[in-house]
Amino acid sequence: MEILLAIMTGILYAAGIYLILRRSLVKLIIGIVILGNGVNLLIFLMGGLVKGRPPLIPEDGNALEGIYADPVPQALILTAIVISFGLQSFAIVLIKRAYKVLKTDDIDTMNKTDDIT
Amino acid sequence: MKSLILKTVSKTLLPLLILFSVFVLLRGHYLPGGGFVGGLIAAVAFILHAFANGLPETKKLLRIHPGFLIPIGLTIAILSALAPIILTGDPLMTGLWQEQDVPVLGKIGSALFFDMGVYFVVVGVCLTIIFTISESV
Amino acid sequence: MTVFLFVILASFLFSLLLFGMGQKVFKRMTWFASLLPISLFLYFSSFAKPIMNGEVFNFFTAWVPSMSINLDFRLDNLALLFTLLITGVGSIVFLYTTQYMKGHPKLMRFYVFLSIFMGAMLGLVTSNNIITLFIFWELTSISSFFLIGFNNTESSSRKSAIIALSITGLGGLALLAFGVLAGQLTGTYSIAEMLQSPEIFANHEYTVYLLIFIFLAAFTKSAQFPFHFWLPGAMKAPTPVSTYLHSATMVKAGIYLLLRFTPHFQNNSYFFTTLLIVGAITMLYAAFQTLFKTDLKGILAYSTIGALGIMVFLIGIGTSASITAAIVFIVVHALYKASLFLVTGTIDHQAGTRDITKLGGLRKVLMPLSIAGLIAAFSSGGFPPTVGFIGKDLIYEATLNGGLNPTVLTTMAVLTNILMVFAGLLVGVKPFTGKQPVELGRIKKPHFLLWFMPMILAALSLLFGLFPAMVESLFTHNITPLLTGEASPHLAIWHGFNLIILLSAITIAGGIALYFLWKPSHKKESSMIKFNVWSPKSLALKFADLFQRLSYFLTRTFQNGYLRRYVLIILVLLTLVFGVHVFVNPRIFLSVKEIKELNWNEIVILAMMLVSVIFTVFTKSRLSAIAGMGVLGYTMCLIFVFYGAPDLAMTQFSIDTLTVILFVLVLYRLPKYLKLSNRTNRVRDGIIATSFGTFLAFTIIEIMNETPIKSTTEYYAENAYILAKGKNVVNVILVDFRGFDTMIEISVLAISAIGVFALLKLHLKKHEK
Repeated sequence: MEILLAIMTGILYAAGIYLILRRSLVKLIIGIVILGNGVNLLIFLMGGLVKGRPPLIPEDGNALEGIYADPVPQALILTAIVISFGLQSFAIVLIKRAYKVLKTDDIDTMNKTDDIT
Repeated sequence: MKSLILKTVSKTLLPLLILFSVFVLLRGHYLPGGGFVGGLIAAVAFILHAFANGLPETKKLLRIHPGFLIPIGLTIAILSALAPIILTGDPLMTGLWQEQDVPVLGKIGSALFFDMGVYFVVVGVCLTIIFTISESV
Repeated sequence: MTVFLFVILASFLFSLLLFGMGQKVFKRMTWFASLLPISLFLYFSSFAKPIMNGEVFNFFTAWVPSMSINLDFRLDNLALLFTLLITGVGSIVFLYTTQYMKGHPKLMRFYVFLSIFMGAMLGLVTSNNIITLFIFWELTSISSFFLIGFNNTESSSRKSAIIALSITGLGGLALLAFGVLAGQLTGTYSIAEMLQSPEIFANHEYTVYLLIFIFLAAFTKSAQFPFHFWLPGAMKAPTPVSTYLHSATMVKAGIYLLLRFTPHFQNNSYFFTTLLIVGAITMLYAAFQTLFKTDLKGILAYSTIGALGIMVFLIGIGTSASITAAIVFIVVHALYKASLFLVTGTIDHQAGTRDITKLGGLRKVLMPLSIAGLIAAFSSGGFPPTVGFIGKDLIYEATLNGGLNPTVLTTMAVLTNILMVFAGLLVGVKPFTGKQPVELGRIKKPHFLLWFMPMILAALSLLFGLFPAMVESLFTHNITPLLTGEASPHLAIWHGFNLIILLSAITIAGGIALYFLWKPSHKKESSMIKFNVWSPKSLALKFADLFQRLSYFLTRTFQNGYLRRYVLIILVLLTLVFGVHVFVNPRIFLSVKEIKELNWNEIVILAMMLVSVIFTVFTKSRLSAIAGMGVLGYTMCLIFVFYGAPDLAMTQFSIDTLTVILFVLVLYRLPKYLKLSNRTNRVRDGIIATSFGTFLAFTIIEIMNETPIKSTTEYYAENAYILAKGKNVVNVILVDFRGFDTMIEISVLAISAIGVFALLKLHLKKHEK
């Protein structure tokens, strides 16, 4: 499974990058979301996959013992998920606003509007 | 999406979901859950209510603009971080704990209040974003 | 020590004070600014007597001792000469400016820059540490930049300022190189201590670099050929600036540097020979150019370059007599040239023109000014009994007695001086004689400061000429030990009839003859323009142009404003890095065992992921792309569920829901999905993206074969309950161990919510609709 998920990460990166390279702003932001998922998966994989053993200390114990899923990448990913929501919502509103003002979705035409009179 | 069924269900679902979110928040230190998840669940609950009954209804229910929850949450979080400095003279964000266990919750400490701050900020942020966007559409 | 440090920094503090006063208050008390140079002048005068007796003052404070950069100041006779010049001419210029630029809206700014310049210049000439010398050196360049470009609404001013800054700045870098190299070779950054390793400066494998660097620094600053061209351009500055920076003080910083290091290089014949040649070329070239100028300031600019050439030439002769001559000439030149500049400024201020062909007969209105001009012109020409006469005497004495070929040297000096006599008369006398042209109209009498200030300088020229012992005791006494072993010549106005007097007479006669025979005109000026193609200035500008086009090209290629291009460049590079790594060092272990061990739910998750990704990328509708994205998020959620991350699963689930809602809400208002790129671009991007993904996957597999370091994880696992009383380790990390990060994170979230709110609730301005 690890190797297949590693390949999956590669696919997510490729898909995200392909969409980021498009001229449409909507595709750009969907690409960012997919790339974000790829990054989360990458971090998760780096912690090592452990099936069905969450990092919870048992009721009668004082520490995690034996085999357990790595909590550090989990904490990182949790932060990343929430932050990326903030980023995505801001980005999408920015796109909407830019579209309203500039009447275009094409990134290439957007930077030709510097000299609005 | 103003179907009668959803409308009826949402009225019951809203308090249930909010209760659930508070539960998730409070048990977060011992079992899966915590401020982020709890806050997101609460936000989803309100958004569901807004879809069923319309935004004005939900806003009326909330009484205050959800944006106000953000500073409230930040203040709680900062106060819980400052508490050790003020109370015991320990460095910033040192954990402070009650001696006895409280039933259901376990030990109550400054970390719990910090998590509550996170909860409020997350609810405030999500609702502000979604409400603002749906109002301006 | 502290007092001296304060004095050096006083100008900078003072400029801050002026800044704090504000334009309005300052306008009412412009005289206030003049207190600074006057008090500094008095302070430095108090050192005159002990220093004349041979004392040297050292002031030392460690600054960055680990790098040998110290606030190390040393006041000896050479430094004192310059400090008096800086503060003295400074006082005159500060006072003059109060009237010359009266009512100018940016007068305060002008004084701020002037004060900064003065502080930098004082620091430059008193620094004993080569690094602080460099810092002050650059500060003078920068303040000069702002003063040249003071009329920043004129493009020619800005251009001149940039040319001056780039030339002098280049020299500044050379000075830094010189300082660091000399410091490393000698093991000390103190200029005085460097004297203890003469072999470094005389004969060492790096001596040639030391020479190149110091020459670059001194020649750019002191406008020597072929770097002279920034100085005429610098005349775009208001006249007080030209007087102060570009004639009396700053341009002499290069001369100062050469004089300061003359003792170090005294056994190095290349040092002196180069100076001799460059100085000679500069003085002849610049003096010749004065024949073809019609703007008074243009004439003065070239005669200043000529004078600087003479100084370098004199240092290059390398005898005790010639160094004395150079130092005396610094004083002589500062007095008469500053005076002539101020005279020009007043003429310009009253008559509104500086064109020599349009000026004449001004003596009736500007009588006192014409006297000042006459004395200054005489001193410039070396007429007795002005101090200029003594200066010229010394020059001829130096050329006759020293160097390789006295005849050639003397001829060059005489030729230059004849042209200098001409230039001095042209500026100081011509505008006042003859008939006043009708076009000038009625000319008002100037404020008394506008003629009194040049008069003071002219009077000093006369005074020092009549009492040469004053110059000797003040300036040249004890300076000549710069070169060991020789006695300095005695200054006097009359040595008896000899060859020198004859040469002086020839010079004066030649200059006067030239003045009457050669009339400057615009026609002659424009006849010189066709040679401009080969002038150093146009060559430098062409080089600058080429450089600019190259940088435009590079910028257009790499930073063309298209996001895709940036991403592409970064990605191609990263792909290459990964790819090279994978191909050079293949360590991939794929086993069939993996596939066999898969159970059905894992296969379902992987299949769903694959389908949703492909669907999201290739769908033609926005809504289905969003749906695909949502499904992808839920499959991520499933992965988290199966592999022991319930917190993540819950968070991912709710966030994914919210994101889809958000996208649907907004995207209804966005345009249809258009295919904007052509096929070639899509194929190209596809190849890049695929290869990046492939190489990344290989790299991940390789990394997973390594044993991970789990010390952090173990620490949290062991201490989560013991230290933080929590059993959900992920949550404990978030709210306790790394609580501060979470604090920042929720602040960022709050900021993004405010951003969204502001973007949407903000009302569009009219033109944006």
